[in-house]
Amino acid sequence: MSHLLRAIIEPGFFSSASVQLAAAVGGLVAVVAAAVGVFTVVRGQAFAGEALGDIGAAGGSSAYLIGIAPLWGFIGIAVAAAGVMEMIGIQRARGRDLATGIVLGAGFGLAALLLYLGTTFNNTTGATVTILFGSIFALDRSILPAAVVFGVIALGIVTALYRPLLLSSVSPDLAAARGIPVRLVGSLYLVAIAVAVALSAVTIGAILSTALLIGPAAAALQLTARPGRAVAAAAAIGLAAIWLGLLLAYDSYYWPPHHRGWPVSFFVVTLVLLAYLASRALGRRRARR
Amino acid sequence: MFSGFMVNAWIVATMVAIVGGAVGFFVVLRGSAFVAHAVPNGSFAGAAAASLIGVNTLIGLGVFSLAGALGIGLLGRRGRHDVATALTLVFMLGLGALFLGFSIEYAPEIEALLFGEVLGISTSEVGPTAGLAVACAVALAILYRPLLLSSVLPESGQARGVSPFGIELCFLALVALATTMTVPVVGTTLIFSLMIGPPAAARSFTARPAVAIALSIAIALVTVWTAIALSFQTNWPIGFFVGVGSAIAYAVGRSWRFVRLRRTAPLPQR
Repeated sequence: MSHLLRAIIEPGFFSSASVQLAAAVGGLVAVVAAAVGVFTVVRGQAFAGEALGDIGAAGGSSAYLIGIAPLWGFIGIAVAAAGVMEMIGIQRARGRDLATGIVLGAGFGLAALLLYLGTTFNNTTGATVTILFGSIFALDRSILPAAVVFGVIALGIVTALYRPLLLSSVSPDLAAARGIPVRLVGSLYLVAIAVAVALSAVTIGAILSTALLIGPAAAALQLTARPGRAVAAAAAIGLAAIWLGLLLAYDSYYWPPHHRGWPVSFFVVTLVLLAYLASRALGRRRARR
Repeated sequence: MFSGFMVNAWIVATMVAIVGGAVGFFVVLRGSAFVAHAVPNGSFAGAAAASLIGVNTLIGLGVFSLAGALGIGLLGRRGRHDVATALTLVFMLGLGALFLGFSIEYAPEIEALLFGEVLGISTSEVGPTAGLAVACAVALAILYRPLLLSSVLPESGQARGVSPFGIELCFLALVALATTMTVPVVGTTLIFSLMIGPPAAARSFTARPAVAIALSIAIALVTVWTAIALSFQTNWPIGFFVGVGSAIAYAVGRSWRFVRLRRTAPLPQR
Protein backbone atom coordinates (compact mmCIF):
# COMPACT_ATOMS: atom_id res chain seq x y z
CA MET A 1 0.00 0.00 0.00
CA SER A 2 2.72 2.42 0.98
CA HIS A 3 4.60 1.44 -2.19
CA LEU A 4 1.60 2.34 -4.27
CA LEU A 5 1.20 5.60 -2.42
CA ARG A 6 4.85 6.38 -2.97
CA ALA A 7 4.46 5.70 -6.66
CA ILE A 8 1.57 8.17 -6.87
CA ILE A 9 2.99 10.81 -4.58
CA GLU A 10 6.71 11.22 -5.03
CA PRO A 11 8.60 11.40 -1.73
CA GLY A 12 9.23 14.96 -0.64
CA PHE A 13 6.05 16.37 -2.14
CA PHE A 14 4.59 17.52 1.15
CA SER A 15 7.83 18.64 2.74
CA SER A 16 9.14 20.79 -0.11
CA ALA A 17 8.85 24.48 0.71
CA SER A 18 8.14 25.57 -2.83
CA VAL A 19 5.38 22.98 -3.15
CA GLN A 20 3.82 24.19 0.10
CA LEU A 21 3.87 27.78 -1.08
CA ALA A 22 2.51 26.79 -4.49
CA ALA A 23 -0.28 24.79 -2.90
CA ALA A 24 -1.20 27.66 -0.57
CA VAL A 25 -1.20 30.37 -3.26
CA GLY A 26 -2.78 28.06 -5.84
CA GLY A 27 -5.55 27.02 -3.48
CA LEU A 28 -6.33 30.61 -2.57
CA VAL A 29 -6.37 31.64 -6.23
CA ALA A 30 -8.55 28.70 -7.24
CA VAL A 31 -11.19 29.57 -4.65
CA VAL A 32 -11.23 33.30 -5.50
CA ALA A 33 -11.32 32.69 -9.26
CA ALA A 34 -14.08 30.10 -8.94
CA ALA A 35 -16.28 32.34 -6.80
CA VAL A 36 -15.83 35.32 -9.12
CA GLY A 37 -16.09 33.09 -12.18
CA VAL A 38 -19.62 31.85 -11.50
CA PHE A 39 -20.94 35.34 -12.19
CA THR A 40 -18.60 35.76 -15.16
CA VAL A 41 -20.20 32.73 -16.78
CA VAL A 42 -23.75 33.77 -15.88
CA ARG A 43 -23.14 37.26 -17.27
CA GLY A 44 -21.46 35.93 -20.42
CA GLN A 45 -18.26 37.86 -19.76
CA ALA A 46 -15.79 35.09 -20.55
CA PHE A 47 -14.15 37.22 -23.23
CA ALA A 48 -13.68 40.12 -20.81
CA GLY A 49 -12.00 37.73 -18.37
CA GLU A 50 -9.77 36.38 -21.11
CA ALA A 51 -8.89 39.90 -22.26
CA LEU A 52 -8.04 41.12 -18.76
CA GLY A 53 -5.78 38.12 -18.24
CA ASP A 54 -3.97 38.63 -21.53
CA ILE A 55 -3.52 42.35 -20.99
CA GLY A 56 -2.14 41.49 -17.58
CA ALA A 57 0.88 40.18 -19.48
CA ALA A 58 1.78 43.81 -20.16
CA GLY A 59 1.71 44.45 -16.43
CA GLY A 60 3.72 41.35 -15.60
CA SER A 61 6.39 42.31 -18.11
CA SER A 62 6.59 45.92 -16.99
CA ALA A 63 7.01 44.64 -13.43
CA TYR A 64 10.01 42.65 -14.65
CA LEU A 65 11.30 45.76 -16.38
CA ILE A 66 11.22 47.94 -13.25
CA GLY A 67 12.04 45.08 -10.91
CA ILE A 68 8.97 44.57 -8.71
CA ALA A 69 6.95 41.41 -8.09
CA PRO A 70 4.88 40.53 -11.19
CA LEU A 71 1.68 40.35 -9.11
CA TRP A 72 1.65 44.14 -8.74
CA GLY A 73 2.01 44.61 -12.48
CA PHE A 74 -0.73 42.11 -13.25
CA ILE A 75 -3.15 43.76 -10.83
CA GLY A 76 -2.33 47.34 -11.85
CA ILE A 77 -2.75 46.82 -15.59
CA ALA A 78 -5.78 44.55 -15.32
CA VAL A 79 -7.68 47.05 -13.17
CA ALA A 80 -6.70 49.91 -15.51
CA ALA A 81 -7.85 47.89 -18.53
CA ALA A 82 -11.14 47.14 -16.79
CA GLY A 83 -11.61 50.89 -16.45
CA VAL A 84 -10.93 51.51 -20.15
CA MET A 85 -13.31 48.74 -21.21
CA GLU A 86 -15.99 50.19 -19.00
CA MET A 87 -15.39 53.64 -20.51
CA ILE A 88 -15.71 52.62 -24.15
CA GLY A 89 -18.98 50.87 -23.66
CA ILE A 90 -18.70 47.34 -22.42
CA GLN A 91 -22.12 47.61 -20.79
CA ARG A 92 -24.00 47.42 -24.07
CA ALA A 93 -24.27 43.84 -25.23
CA ARG A 94 -23.97 44.91 -28.86
CA GLY A 95 -20.44 45.95 -29.62
CA ARG A 96 -19.25 44.70 -26.25
CA ASP A 97 -17.04 41.99 -27.68
CA LEU A 98 -15.68 44.48 -30.15
CA ALA A 99 -14.72 46.98 -27.44
CA THR A 100 -13.17 44.17 -25.42
CA GLY A 101 -11.24 42.99 -28.45
CA ILE A 102 -9.91 46.44 -29.30
CA VAL A 103 -8.64 46.99 -25.75
CA LEU A 104 -7.21 43.47 -25.76
CA GLY A 105 -5.37 44.14 -29.03
CA ALA A 106 -3.83 47.37 -27.83
CA GLY A 107 -2.94 45.82 -24.46
CA PHE A 108 -1.38 42.76 -26.02
CA GLY A 109 0.61 44.99 -28.34
CA LEU A 110 1.94 46.81 -25.33
CA ALA A 111 2.80 43.48 -23.71
CA ALA A 112 4.76 42.52 -26.81
CA LEU A 113 6.75 45.73 -26.64
CA LEU A 114 7.43 45.49 -22.91
CA LEU A 115 8.49 41.86 -23.13
CA TYR A 116 10.80 42.78 -25.97
CA LEU A 117 12.30 45.69 -24.04
CA GLY A 118 12.58 43.50 -20.94
CA THR A 119 14.53 40.81 -22.72
CA THR A 120 16.69 43.34 -24.54
CA PHE A 121 17.69 45.62 -21.69
CA ASN A 122 17.55 43.36 -18.65
CA ASN A 123 18.67 40.20 -20.36
CA THR A 124 15.92 38.30 -18.62
CA THR A 125 15.42 35.59 -21.24
CA GLY A 126 12.70 33.26 -20.19
CA ALA A 127 10.62 36.06 -18.71
CA THR A 128 8.27 35.78 -21.69
CA VAL A 129 7.48 32.15 -21.02
CA THR A 130 7.25 32.73 -17.27
CA ILE A 131 4.78 35.58 -17.63
CA LEU A 132 2.65 34.02 -20.35
CA PHE A 133 2.62 30.42 -19.19
CA GLY A 134 3.30 30.79 -15.46
CA SER A 135 5.74 29.14 -13.08
CA ILE A 136 4.02 28.41 -9.80
CA PHE A 137 6.99 26.54 -8.32
CA ALA A 138 9.16 29.65 -8.62
CA LEU A 139 6.91 31.93 -6.56
CA ASP A 140 8.50 34.15 -3.96
CA ARG A 141 7.27 33.76 -0.39
CA SER A 142 6.80 37.51 -0.07
CA ILE A 143 3.81 37.56 -2.43
CA LEU A 144 1.65 35.46 -0.11
CA PRO A 145 0.37 38.38 2.05
CA ALA A 146 -0.40 40.50 -1.04
CA ALA A 147 -2.18 37.58 -2.69
CA VAL A 148 -4.30 37.06 0.43
CA VAL A 149 -5.23 40.75 0.59
CA PHE A 150 -6.23 40.90 -3.08
CA GLY A 151 -8.11 37.63 -2.79
CA VAL A 152 -10.07 39.02 0.12
CA ILE A 153 -10.81 42.20 -1.84
CA ALA A 154 -12.19 40.23 -4.80
CA LEU A 155 -14.25 37.95 -2.57
CA GLY A 156 -15.42 41.01 -0.61
CA ILE A 157 -16.69 42.73 -3.76
CA VAL A 158 -18.59 39.63 -4.83
CA THR A 159 -20.05 39.06 -1.36
CA ALA A 160 -21.10 42.67 -0.92
CA LEU A 161 -22.67 42.76 -4.36
CA TYR A 162 -24.07 39.26 -4.22
CA ARG A 163 -27.80 39.93 -4.49
CA PRO A 164 -27.79 43.04 -6.74
CA LEU A 165 -25.16 41.40 -8.93
CA LEU A 166 -27.23 38.27 -9.26
CA LEU A 167 -30.36 40.18 -10.18
CA SER A 168 -28.63 42.50 -12.63
CA SER A 169 -26.89 39.50 -14.23
CA VAL A 170 -30.09 37.58 -14.76
CA SER A 171 -32.35 40.49 -15.64
CA PRO A 172 -30.79 43.95 -16.04
CA ASP A 173 -34.17 45.60 -16.69
CA LEU A 174 -35.75 44.24 -13.54
CA ALA A 175 -32.68 45.26 -11.55
CA ALA A 176 -32.85 48.81 -12.94
CA ALA A 177 -36.57 48.98 -12.14
CA ARG A 178 -35.81 48.05 -8.54
CA GLY A 179 -33.35 50.91 -8.24
CA ILE A 180 -30.12 48.96 -8.50
CA PRO A 181 -27.32 51.03 -10.10
CA VAL A 182 -26.70 48.37 -12.76
CA ARG A 183 -23.77 50.12 -14.36
CA LEU A 184 -21.96 50.73 -11.06
CA VAL A 185 -22.48 47.12 -10.03
CA GLY A 186 -21.13 46.01 -13.42
CA SER A 187 -18.03 48.20 -13.10
CA LEU A 188 -17.25 47.02 -9.59
CA TYR A 189 -17.69 43.46 -10.71
CA LEU A 190 -15.28 44.05 -13.60
CA VAL A 191 -12.69 45.11 -11.02
CA ALA A 192 -13.31 41.84 -9.15
CA ILE A 193 -12.71 39.92 -12.39
CA ALA A 194 -9.53 41.89 -12.99
CA VAL A 195 -8.17 41.03 -9.54
CA ALA A 196 -9.17 37.36 -9.79
CA VAL A 197 -7.60 37.01 -13.21
CA ALA A 198 -4.43 38.77 -12.09
CA LEU A 199 -4.07 36.34 -9.18
CA SER A 200 -4.71 33.48 -11.54
CA ALA A 201 -2.07 34.84 -13.94
CA VAL A 202 0.58 34.62 -11.22
CA THR A 203 -0.06 30.92 -10.76
CA ILE A 204 -0.80 29.48 -14.20
CA GLY A 205 0.33 32.33 -16.47
CA ALA A 206 -1.28 35.33 -18.11
CA ILE A 207 -2.71 33.71 -21.21
CA LEU A 208 -4.01 30.67 -19.33
CA SER A 209 -5.52 32.55 -16.42
CA THR A 210 -9.06 32.31 -17.82
CA ALA A 211 -8.96 28.57 -17.24
CA LEU A 212 -9.38 28.95 -13.48
CA LEU A 213 -11.96 31.72 -13.88
CA ILE A 214 -14.23 30.06 -16.43
CA GLY A 215 -13.62 26.31 -16.27
CA PRO A 216 -14.63 25.38 -12.71
CA ALA A 217 -17.53 27.85 -12.74
CA ALA A 218 -18.90 26.58 -16.05
CA ALA A 219 -18.58 22.99 -14.82
CA ALA A 220 -20.36 23.82 -11.56
CA LEU A 221 -23.20 25.58 -13.38
CA GLN A 222 -23.82 22.40 -15.37
CA LEU A 223 -24.40 20.56 -12.12
CA THR A 224 -26.57 23.02 -10.25
CA ALA A 225 -28.56 26.11 -11.10
CA ARG A 226 -28.47 27.55 -7.59
CA PRO A 227 -25.81 30.25 -7.35
CA GLY A 228 -24.68 29.53 -3.78
CA ARG A 229 -24.14 25.87 -4.50
CA ALA A 230 -22.52 26.68 -7.82
CA VAL A 231 -19.92 28.87 -6.06
CA ALA A 232 -19.16 26.06 -3.59
CA ALA A 233 -18.93 23.42 -6.31
CA ALA A 234 -16.76 25.69 -8.49
CA ALA A 235 -14.38 26.31 -5.60
CA ALA A 236 -14.11 22.55 -4.98
CA ILE A 237 -13.43 21.81 -8.65
CA GLY A 238 -10.87 24.63 -8.87
CA LEU A 239 -9.05 23.41 -5.75
CA ALA A 240 -9.01 19.85 -7.02
CA ALA A 241 -7.65 20.94 -10.40
CA ILE A 242 -4.82 23.03 -9.03
CA TRP A 243 -3.74 20.63 -6.29
CA LEU A 244 -3.92 17.59 -8.54
CA GLY A 245 -2.08 19.59 -11.19
CA LEU A 246 0.70 20.39 -8.72
CA LEU A 247 0.96 16.74 -7.73
CA LEU A 248 1.14 15.54 -11.33
CA ALA A 249 3.69 18.21 -12.23
CA TYR A 250 5.81 17.18 -9.25
CA ASP A 251 5.63 13.54 -10.33
CA SER A 252 6.40 14.41 -13.92
CA TYR A 253 10.04 15.15 -13.15
CA TYR A 254 10.57 11.44 -13.68
CA TRP A 255 8.59 11.30 -16.91
CA PRO A 256 9.96 11.34 -20.46
CA PRO A 257 11.19 12.98 -22.61
CA HIS A 258 13.65 15.20 -20.72
CA HIS A 259 13.07 14.55 -17.00
CA ARG A 260 12.64 18.29 -16.61
CA GLY A 261 9.05 18.09 -15.52
CA TRP A 262 5.92 18.96 -17.44
CA PRO A 263 4.44 22.42 -16.89
CA VAL A 264 1.91 22.74 -14.05
CA SER A 265 -0.25 24.95 -16.23
CA PHE A 266 -0.76 22.17 -18.74
CA PHE A 267 -2.07 19.80 -16.06
CA VAL A 268 -4.34 22.41 -14.49
CA VAL A 269 -5.85 23.44 -17.82
CA THR A 270 -6.39 19.85 -18.91
CA LEU A 271 -8.00 18.89 -15.60
CA VAL A 272 -10.28 21.91 -15.81
CA LEU A 273 -11.38 20.99 -19.32
CA LEU A 274 -11.99 17.37 -18.27
CA ALA A 275 -14.07 18.56 -15.30
CA TYR A 276 -16.17 20.70 -17.63
CA LEU A 277 -16.73 17.88 -20.13
CA ALA A 278 -17.59 15.40 -17.36
CA SER A 279 -20.07 17.71 -15.66
CA ARG A 280 -21.62 18.54 -19.03
CA ALA A 281 -22.24 14.86 -19.69
CA LEU A 282 -23.56 14.45 -16.16
CA GLY A 283 -25.81 17.50 -16.39
CA ARG A 284 -27.25 16.38 -19.71
CA ARG A 285 -28.00 12.92 -18.40
CA ARG A 286 -29.78 14.39 -15.43
CA ALA A 287 -31.79 16.73 -17.65
CA ARG A 288 -32.98 13.83 -19.77
CA ARG A 289 -34.24 11.90 -16.77
CA MET B 1 13.88 48.77 -46.16
CA PHE B 2 12.83 47.53 -49.59
CA SER B 3 15.82 45.42 -50.43
CA GLY B 4 16.59 41.73 -50.27
CA PHE B 5 14.93 39.84 -47.47
CA MET B 6 12.48 42.67 -46.73
CA VAL B 7 10.76 42.18 -50.10
CA ASN B 8 9.31 38.89 -48.85
CA ALA B 9 7.99 40.60 -45.76
CA TRP B 10 6.24 43.29 -47.82
CA ILE B 11 4.66 40.75 -50.19
CA VAL B 12 3.45 38.44 -47.42
CA ALA B 13 2.25 41.29 -45.23
CA THR B 14 0.23 42.73 -48.09
CA MET B 15 -1.53 39.40 -48.60
CA VAL B 16 -2.05 39.13 -44.85
CA ALA B 17 -3.70 42.53 -44.71
CA ILE B 18 -6.01 41.78 -47.63
CA VAL B 19 -7.19 38.46 -46.20
CA GLY B 20 -7.35 39.77 -42.62
CA GLY B 21 -9.36 42.83 -43.65
CA ALA B 22 -11.84 40.83 -45.72
CA VAL B 23 -12.39 37.95 -43.28
CA GLY B 24 -12.45 40.46 -40.45
CA PHE B 25 -15.50 42.14 -41.92
CA PHE B 26 -17.50 39.00 -41.19
CA VAL B 27 -15.89 38.60 -37.79
CA VAL B 28 -17.18 42.03 -36.82
CA LEU B 29 -20.55 41.52 -38.51
CA ARG B 30 -21.14 38.28 -36.64
CA GLY B 31 -19.80 39.63 -33.36
CA SER B 32 -17.24 36.82 -33.25
CA ALA B 33 -14.32 38.82 -31.87
CA PHE B 34 -13.67 36.18 -29.22
CA VAL B 35 -13.43 33.38 -31.79
CA ALA B 36 -11.11 35.48 -33.95
CA HIS B 37 -8.93 35.88 -30.85
CA ALA B 38 -9.09 32.23 -29.80
CA VAL B 39 -8.33 30.45 -33.09
CA PRO B 40 -5.03 32.19 -33.91
CA ASN B 41 -3.95 32.31 -30.29
CA GLY B 42 -4.60 28.61 -29.82
CA SER B 43 -2.76 27.76 -33.02
CA PHE B 44 0.42 28.70 -31.15
CA ALA B 45 0.39 25.12 -29.88
CA GLY B 46 0.54 23.95 -33.49
CA ALA B 47 3.62 25.98 -34.23
CA ALA B 48 5.27 24.68 -31.05
CA ALA B 49 4.38 21.09 -32.00
CA ALA B 50 5.69 21.60 -35.53
CA SER B 51 9.04 22.81 -34.26
CA LEU B 52 9.14 19.90 -31.80
CA ILE B 53 8.71 17.18 -34.41
CA GLY B 54 10.47 19.15 -37.12
CA VAL B 55 7.84 19.81 -39.77
CA ASN B 56 6.90 23.05 -41.52
CA THR B 57 5.34 25.59 -39.15
CA LEU B 58 2.50 26.23 -41.59
CA ILE B 59 1.35 22.60 -41.31
CA GLY B 60 1.30 22.76 -37.51
CA LEU B 61 -0.57 26.06 -37.58
CA GLY B 62 -3.08 24.75 -40.10
CA VAL B 63 -3.84 21.53 -38.25
CA PHE B 64 -4.20 23.20 -34.86
CA SER B 65 -6.22 26.18 -36.00
CA LEU B 66 -8.65 23.88 -37.81
CA ALA B 67 -8.86 21.60 -34.77
CA GLY B 68 -9.47 24.61 -32.55
CA ALA B 69 -12.17 25.96 -34.86
CA LEU B 70 -13.86 22.57 -34.93
CA GLY B 71 -13.60 22.24 -31.14
CA ILE B 72 -15.20 25.63 -30.63
CA GLY B 73 -17.97 24.83 -33.11
CA LEU B 74 -18.81 21.46 -31.60
CA LEU B 75 -18.44 22.40 -27.93
CA GLY B 76 -20.42 25.59 -28.42
CA ARG B 77 -23.27 23.86 -30.20
CA ARG B 78 -24.93 23.15 -26.90
CA GLY B 79 -24.07 25.29 -23.94
CA ARG B 80 -22.53 28.70 -23.80
CA HIS B 81 -20.53 29.75 -26.81
CA ASP B 82 -18.11 32.02 -24.96
CA VAL B 83 -17.36 29.35 -22.36
CA ALA B 84 -16.67 26.80 -25.10
CA THR B 85 -14.37 29.27 -26.85
CA ALA B 86 -12.49 30.14 -23.66
CA LEU B 87 -11.97 26.51 -22.66
CA THR B 88 -10.86 25.41 -26.12
CA LEU B 89 -8.41 28.30 -26.20
CA VAL B 90 -6.85 27.66 -22.80
CA PHE B 91 -6.58 23.95 -23.47
CA MET B 92 -4.71 24.60 -26.71
CA LEU B 93 -2.44 27.11 -25.00
CA GLY B 94 -1.84 24.53 -22.27
CA LEU B 95 -0.73 22.09 -24.94
CA GLY B 96 1.48 24.85 -26.31
CA ALA B 97 3.08 25.26 -22.88
CA LEU B 98 3.68 21.51 -22.77
CA PHE B 99 5.31 21.37 -26.22
CA LEU B 100 7.38 24.39 -25.29
CA GLY B 101 8.56 22.52 -22.20
CA PHE B 102 9.63 19.58 -24.37
CA SER B 103 11.48 21.53 -26.99
CA ILE B 104 14.72 23.40 -26.65
CA GLU B 105 13.55 26.45 -28.54
CA TYR B 106 15.27 29.74 -27.81
CA ALA B 107 13.22 32.50 -26.25
CA PRO B 108 13.54 34.91 -29.23
CA GLU B 109 12.00 32.30 -31.54
CA ILE B 110 9.04 31.88 -29.20
CA GLU B 111 8.58 35.62 -29.07
CA ALA B 112 8.71 35.83 -32.86
CA LEU B 113 5.92 33.29 -33.00
CA LEU B 114 3.82 35.11 -30.43
CA PHE B 115 4.39 38.68 -31.48
CA GLY B 116 5.53 38.52 -35.09
CA GLU B 117 8.82 38.91 -36.89
CA VAL B 118 9.17 40.71 -40.20
CA LEU B 119 12.65 39.46 -40.84
CA GLY B 120 11.71 35.84 -40.40
CA ILE B 121 10.05 35.33 -43.75
CA SER B 122 12.01 33.24 -46.20
CA THR B 123 11.41 33.07 -49.93
CA SER B 124 10.17 29.50 -49.60
CA GLU B 125 7.28 30.69 -47.45
CA VAL B 126 5.95 33.18 -50.00
CA GLY B 127 4.56 30.49 -52.30
CA PRO B 128 2.50 28.55 -49.71
CA THR B 129 1.24 31.80 -48.19
CA ALA B 130 0.09 33.01 -51.60
CA GLY B 131 -1.67 29.69 -52.12
CA LEU B 132 -3.48 30.02 -48.81
CA ALA B 133 -4.42 33.61 -49.62
CA VAL B 134 -5.99 32.52 -52.92
CA ALA B 135 -7.82 29.69 -51.13
CA CYS B 136 -9.17 32.20 -48.60
CA ALA B 137 -10.30 34.56 -51.33
CA VAL B 138 -12.07 31.78 -53.24
CA ALA B 139 -13.75 30.46 -50.09
CA LEU B 140 -14.87 33.96 -49.21
CA ALA B 141 -16.27 34.54 -52.70
CA ILE B 142 -18.28 31.30 -52.53
CA LEU B 143 -19.49 31.89 -48.98
CA TYR B 144 -20.13 35.62 -49.45
CA ARG B 145 -23.90 35.63 -49.97
CA PRO B 146 -24.99 32.84 -47.58
CA LEU B 147 -22.58 34.10 -44.92
CA LEU B 148 -23.86 37.65 -45.26
CA LEU B 149 -27.48 36.51 -45.10
CA SER B 150 -27.08 34.25 -42.11
CA SER B 151 -24.98 36.84 -40.28
CA VAL B 152 -27.51 39.63 -40.69
CA LEU B 153 -30.78 37.72 -40.67
CA PRO B 154 -30.20 34.25 -39.21
CA GLU B 155 -33.88 33.25 -39.31
CA SER B 156 -34.50 34.19 -42.90
CA GLY B 157 -31.25 32.51 -43.84
CA GLN B 158 -32.52 29.34 -42.23
CA ALA B 159 -35.81 29.67 -44.08
CA ARG B 160 -33.87 29.84 -47.34
CA GLY B 161 -32.00 26.67 -46.53
CA VAL B 162 -28.80 28.07 -45.02
CA SER B 163 -28.04 25.97 -41.96
CA PRO B 164 -26.73 28.23 -39.18
CA PHE B 165 -24.50 25.51 -37.77
CA GLY B 166 -23.08 24.64 -41.16
CA ILE B 167 -22.36 28.28 -41.89
CA GLU B 168 -20.80 28.71 -38.47
CA LEU B 169 -18.45 25.80 -39.14
CA CYS B 170 -17.57 27.17 -42.59
CA PHE B 171 -16.91 30.56 -41.05
CA LEU B 172 -14.71 29.07 -38.33
CA ALA B 173 -12.77 27.14 -40.96
CA LEU B 174 -12.30 30.37 -42.90
CA VAL B 175 -10.91 32.09 -39.80
CA ALA B 176 -8.61 29.09 -39.29
CA LEU B 177 -7.39 29.31 -42.89
CA ALA B 178 -6.76 33.03 -42.60
CA THR B 179 -4.96 32.41 -39.30
CA THR B 180 -2.61 29.85 -40.78
CA MET B 181 -1.22 32.24 -43.35
CA THR B 182 -1.14 35.34 -41.18
CA VAL B 183 0.49 34.00 -38.02
CA PRO B 184 4.11 33.85 -39.20
CA VAL B 185 4.14 37.59 -39.92
CA VAL B 186 2.07 39.24 -37.25
CA GLY B 187 2.30 36.56 -34.58
CA THR B 188 -0.40 34.49 -32.93
CA THR B 189 -1.43 37.08 -30.39
CA LEU B 190 -2.05 40.07 -32.62
CA ILE B 191 -3.53 38.88 -35.88
CA PHE B 192 -6.99 39.18 -34.41
CA SER B 193 -6.39 42.89 -33.83
CA LEU B 194 -6.06 43.19 -37.60
CA MET B 195 -9.27 41.21 -38.00
CA ILE B 196 -11.37 43.53 -35.85
CA GLY B 197 -9.82 47.01 -35.77
CA PRO B 198 -9.88 47.87 -39.50
CA PRO B 199 -13.29 46.27 -40.26
CA ALA B 200 -14.89 47.90 -37.23
CA ALA B 201 -13.50 51.25 -38.36
CA ALA B 202 -14.71 50.64 -41.94
CA ARG B 203 -18.21 49.89 -40.71
CA SER B 204 -18.34 53.28 -39.02
CA PHE B 205 -17.91 54.92 -42.42
CA THR B 206 -20.29 52.88 -44.54
CA ALA B 207 -23.14 50.42 -44.11
CA ARG B 208 -22.78 48.81 -47.55
CA PRO B 209 -21.03 45.43 -47.22
CA ALA B 210 -18.93 45.50 -50.39
CA VAL B 211 -17.74 49.06 -49.77
CA ALA B 212 -17.04 48.23 -46.14
CA ILE B 213 -14.92 45.21 -47.12
CA ALA B 214 -12.90 47.30 -49.57
CA LEU B 215 -12.40 50.03 -47.00
CA SER B 216 -11.51 47.48 -44.35
CA ILE B 217 -8.82 46.01 -46.62
CA ALA B 218 -7.48 49.49 -47.30
CA ILE B 219 -7.25 50.35 -43.60
CA ALA B 220 -5.65 46.98 -42.84
CA LEU B 221 -3.07 47.59 -45.58
CA VAL B 222 -2.17 51.00 -44.17
CA THR B 223 -1.94 49.54 -40.66
CA VAL B 224 0.31 46.65 -41.68
CA TRP B 225 2.55 48.71 -43.97
CA THR B 226 3.04 51.34 -41.28
CA ALA B 227 3.72 48.60 -38.73
CA ILE B 228 6.39 46.99 -40.91
CA ALA B 229 8.10 50.29 -41.62
CA LEU B 230 8.13 51.26 -37.95
CA SER B 231 9.17 47.81 -36.82
CA PHE B 232 12.04 47.89 -39.31
CA GLN B 233 13.18 51.29 -38.07
CA THR B 234 12.88 50.66 -34.33
CA ASN B 235 13.43 46.89 -34.19
CA TRP B 236 10.41 46.70 -31.87
CA PRO B 237 8.01 43.76 -32.33
CA ILE B 238 5.60 44.27 -35.23
CA GLY B 239 2.70 43.06 -33.08
CA PHE B 240 2.94 46.17 -30.97
CA PHE B 241 2.42 48.46 -33.96
CA VAL B 242 -0.39 46.32 -35.38
CA GLY B 243 -2.23 46.23 -32.04
CA VAL B 244 -1.94 49.94 -31.40
CA GLY B 245 -2.58 50.86 -35.06
CA SER B 246 -5.81 48.85 -35.13
CA ALA B 247 -6.98 50.50 -31.92
CA ILE B 248 -6.26 53.94 -33.41
CA ALA B 249 -8.18 53.05 -36.59
CA TYR B 250 -11.13 51.98 -34.47
CA ALA B 251 -10.97 55.16 -32.38
CA VAL B 252 -10.96 57.32 -35.55
CA GLY B 253 -13.93 55.39 -36.93
CA ARG B 254 -15.92 55.79 -33.76
CA SER B 255 -15.17 59.50 -33.47
CA TRP B 256 -16.26 59.99 -37.09
CA ARG B 257 -19.54 58.18 -36.43
CA PHE B 258 -20.10 60.19 -33.25
CA VAL B 259 -19.55 63.52 -35.01
CA ARG B 260 -21.75 62.57 -37.97
CA LEU B 261 -24.61 61.34 -35.78
CA ARG B 262 -24.45 64.59 -33.84
CA ARG B 263 -24.69 66.66 -37.00
CA THR B 264 -27.44 64.78 -38.84
CA ALA B 265 -29.80 63.71 -36.09
CA PRO B 266 -30.52 64.28 -32.43
CA LEU B 267 -28.82 61.74 -30.21
CA PRO B 268 -30.83 58.53 -30.08
CA GLN B 269 -32.76 57.98 -26.89
CA ARG B 270 -31.40 55.19 -24.81
